[in-house]
Amino acid sequence: MIRVTGLTKDYGSRRAIHDLTFNARKGEILGFLGPNGAGKTTTMRILTGFMPPTSGTVEIGGYDVIDHSLEVRRIVGYLPETVPLYPDMTVREYLEYMASLRHLKNIEKRVAETLEQVGMADRANGYISNLSKGMRQRVGLAQALIHQPEVLILDEPTIGLDPAQVVNIRKLIKEIGQDKTVILSTHILPEAQQICDRVMIINKGHIVAEDTPEQLQARLTGSQRVLLKVRGESQDVVPLIQQLPGILQVIEKEDGTLEYESLPGQDARPLVARKIVEAGFDLLQLQPINMSLEEIFLQLTRDETEPSAVMPEVGYSMEEN
Amino acid sequence: MRNIFSIARKEFKSLFISPVAYAVSLAIFLIMGILFYANVLGAAYQQIAPSIQVVIGPLATILLFTTPAITMRTLADEQKSGTLEILLTAPVRDWEVVIGKWLGTLAFVTLVLLITWVYPIILNQIVDPGIDQGSLVSGYLGLFLMVASFLAIGVSVSSLFSNQIAAFFATLGILLALWMIGYPAQIMGSMGGEVLRYIDLSEHFYPTFYRGILELKDVVYYLSVTSLALLLGSISVETRRWR
Repeated sequence: MIRVTGLTKDYGSRRAIHDLTFNARKGEILGFLGPNGAGKTTTMRILTGFMPPTSGTVEIGGYDVIDHSLEVRRIVGYLPETVPLYPDMTVREYLEYMASLRHLKNIEKRVAETLEQVGMADRANGYISNLSKGMRQRVGLAQALIHQPEVLILDEPTIGLDPAQVVNIRKLIKEIGQDKTVILSTHILPEAQQICDRVMIINKGHIVAEDTPEQLQARLTGSQRVLLKVRGESQDVVPLIQQLPGILQVIEKEDGTLEYESLPGQDARPLVARKIVEAGFDLLQLQPINMSLEEIFLQLTRDETEPSAVMPEVGYSMEEN
Repeated sequence: MRNIFSIARKEFKSLFISPVAYAVSLAIFLIMGILFYANVLGAAYQQIAPSIQVVIGPLATILLFTTPAITMRTLADEQKSGTLEILLTAPVRDWEVVIGKWLGTLAFVTLVLLITWVYPIILNQIVDPGIDQGSLVSGYLGLFLMVASFLAIGVSVSSLFSNQIAAFFATLGILLALWMIGYPAQIMGSMGGEVLRYIDLSEHFYPTFYRGILELKDVVYYLSVTSLALLLGSISVETRRWR
């Protein structure tokens, strides 16, 4: 449905996005994940035809976004980062205006349906200037949905919503995503984990990782990390574990606990436990740690000089601790 | 065509919500009322019959100063509030946006012009044997064509700014410059003077429309200025994408 090839955008001398290439299928929810200024909004603005790329091509529904801009815009629904609302209009007037620009046949019916969909039917005759941030966000979403687009592009769709609304909107996006193509950007990791079929982590205009949330987690937690707690002086334990086969590194935490990382596919826990007990220490806790998407994200976006590094760094030396 | 109409209708409606449009209308009717009273009274003292020029003349000047206030928000506000992003990603062409905005403001000012017809009607009552109908029609036709070009310039200038006040003063500056550019012609004479006089916005109004004379070249002039301004406005919106 969406095919992006070698997309690059320069703002003056600053390169906002570098050579992005990705696809999105019908019935897929693709999440753009990245820190502020990573290039998510720029990419979305190019996809919606708001601004042209410096180089590269975008094809949506078989149409080139530059050569067949109007055709693309007809099948795309877009919610920009700053919700595009006219405060002096009522919710209904606004949606009717948007529907008229899209030449919808049964405008009244579609407006009512869409308002129902985003849960704003009771505020249809209220002025937009009187709405709360979360309500405005929902009206913005209604505007993107009004023409039942094939492709939905949402820039931070759940920002400013209260927790209950967030749940509703996520549910709504998931529903829409079943037979449409949805691209959404977010910096909330659990959100990406919950609703996206595929996540693209973008940093400094580069794609640093792209996979399903589960795969991404699995791929990056190739090495196993285990939390270790002993009674007494834990620094004495460090050299003991360090010697064991398959142990990559041992980190001493501030709270007195230890964390070790072992080679993927090798469970060193029995070995570690025996060693500790043999050395006369009391073993209190031995627990594997699952790396959250949050940590993966931080790890990927931390090393700014090497955006292509996908694997976590391993092998801290003891001297550093 | 449908998009232009949708955008124009929305613009027209939002002018009725905006306090600026009411303030502008108030200024027009207030100043017109005072000047009309003074002019009619003055004519009575001199024992001459006031002509329709006592309405058309002041109206032209007032519109010169007030139309920038009507167009200043058209595109500047859309840029500031981010709504331009949705307008330019909707299946609407850039020139449809510009023409729609212009048409909406033109409808509003046309309504204001229609209301000012009360003055000619009053004048017709108090002057014997009534006012010159030809001057009235040509005067208002001239005003309409001129205002159309003012508004086209205003909408286009508004596309360059995201600040309404900046758009207002830039438009006013351009209109005043075009209004007075003929003055240096009196000194220059010859070729250069002719060109300047041809560009001058007022030179196509006072010698002809204002005096009840209809000339095709003046109609063509205002239509050309309007088209050119709208074209430049469309280009300006389009180049925004590249900026």
